[in-house]
Amino acid sequence: MKILVAVKRVIDYNVQIRVKEDGTGVVTDNVKMSTNPPDDNAIEEAVKIKEGGKAKEVVAITVGEEKAQETVRKALAVGADRGIHVKVDGILEPLAVSKILQKIVDKEKPDLVFMGKQAIDDDCNQTGQMLSALLNWPQATFASKIDIKDNKLEVTREIDEGLETIEINVPAIVTCDLRLNEPRYASLPNIMKAKKKPIEEIVASDLGVDVSPRLEQLKVEEPPKRKAGIKVANVAELVQKLKNEAKVI
Amino acid sequence: MAVLLIAEHNNKELRSFTLNAATAASQIDSDVHAVIIGQNSADAAKQLSELPVVKKVLTVEGVHYEHFTAENFTPVIVKLAENYSHIVCSANTFGKNLMPRIAAHLDTSQVSDIIKVISPDTFLRPIYAGNAFATIKSNDDKKCVTIRPTSFDPCESIGGSAPIEKVDPSEEFSKTKFIKREEIKSDRPELGTARIVVSGGRGMQSGDNFRLITEIADKLGAAIGASRAAVDAGYISNDHQVGQTGKVVVPDLYIAVGISGAIQHLAGMKESKVIVAINKDGEAPIFSVADYGLEADLFEALPQFMEELNKLNTIQK
Repeated sequence: MKILVAVKRVIDYNVQIRVKEDGTGVVTDNVKMSTNPPDDNAIEEAVKIKEGGKAKEVVAITVGEEKAQETVRKALAVGADRGIHVKVDGILEPLAVSKILQKIVDKEKPDLVFMGKQAIDDDCNQTGQMLSALLNWPQATFASKIDIKDNKLEVTREIDEGLETIEINVPAIVTCDLRLNEPRYASLPNIMKAKKKPIEEIVASDLGVDVSPRLEQLKVEEPPKRKAGIKVANVAELVQKLKNEAKVI
Repeated sequence: MAVLLIAEHNNKELRSFTLNAATAASQIDSDVHAVIIGQNSADAAKQLSELPVVKKVLTVEGVHYEHFTAENFTPVIVKLAENYSHIVCSANTFGKNLMPRIAAHLDTSQVSDIIKVISPDTFLRPIYAGNAFATIKSNDDKKCVTIRPTSFDPCESIGGSAPIEKVDPSEEFSKTKFIKREEIKSDRPELGTARIVVSGGRGMQSGDNFRLITEIADKLGAAIGASRAAVDAGYISNDHQVGQTGKVVVPDLYIAVGISGAIQHLAGMKESKVIVAINKDGEAPIFSVADYGLEADLFEALPQFMEELNKLNTIQK
């Protein structure tokens, strides 16, 4: 089996976001960037499947600007075999990314495509579902457990009501939840080895996909601030405040 | 053209967030039609027809719709979409799973998780875990929009009498099979709609210790929430998770116990009307959003909290 894993470079999850004063977006200059957290889970799962002898090759792909390649390099350092970087500048909507991934899937013919369930920058939660629609493949979103059974996967999905288990035929798309596994750290020797692994560079325009945005981002602003609260001295004061001041209990 | 609302239900009755999504749909256009896809879901369809904002109900019945599989729902909705300007549903796990599949078929760039309808083509949505709000205008002919249910009031649920029309089912997508659903049943209010939520974090130290939270939640008629750390540690099941990748809650009162307040947790609760934080670390970020902060050991504070509640003559439910 061959697994293609899509990874995205985003502002690190620990960074406090700052909105640009001109309202055109958020500050990204000199801000720490990392792989989108659930994409790390997607890579980890693919590598584990390969280590378990059920996959032959793990290919990491990213779509984005020059520096996005760092995320592919990181994936190579934790066990992906080779990388693909589809280069494109500017704002990319999930629909455009899924169309690019569709072209790569046509070429690479993976059995499975994994990615994180949601990117923590735009919080769209769309790309995996869109790709599976374009390919007419089954989709298992928000996966917290994957069992491979011959040419089928049994996937446990995290849903609002609890857990759902579905069985999907390969080829398929799986979007990964943070609880799927515990991503490993890259060891120094593996980081060095990863530098020798190949990354194929593709220019998005060569794929013949229209990636122009359909949405206009008219403004980005700070959310309304909460007014500062108070510290209470003890539980009795807290309950009195809730009862008599906030009147919520 | 009218707006098509995708109803969420359990084949017996509507799920409550359908009412919030109906409100958002009616703010886009007053002509709202609703489609309900399921198996033996006539009662839920009737409920849908009684929402005054819904002008027409479309029902699609089939065995393969019983478990709400996106791959089965999509072709029906894509076909119906011909007659509509917007397709709308809730941005919960049902809508998040389904809508992008529809949008890709329609070659439309979806607008996810909106918190406000500014005009029929312009919406406000949170990005970066709610640390920024983006105003987005869609230039697609057909617009696929998911709405954050807690940002819209539920619509009236009685008084309407929309006509119910049957629509032919589409073929089954055979490559995806439903196996089972494990729903955690509880007598407590639903986390997403509860007036009060009491949440525990890693500071609870064990699943057993969550009984301290359960007691208080029962006393207050509250739902129980949790931080991702508490769910990851196995203290409590995933359906309780509040945050960027869990549920977004906007209760009148949110009590965060032993929760440090990571960015991704704040994303799920900081719009609550009144926030209480109980944490022994006075520097914990949760205090920055709390109206009332109590710096204390939760294992002392929670039993005292229960005692104080017991002293009150009345408690609002």
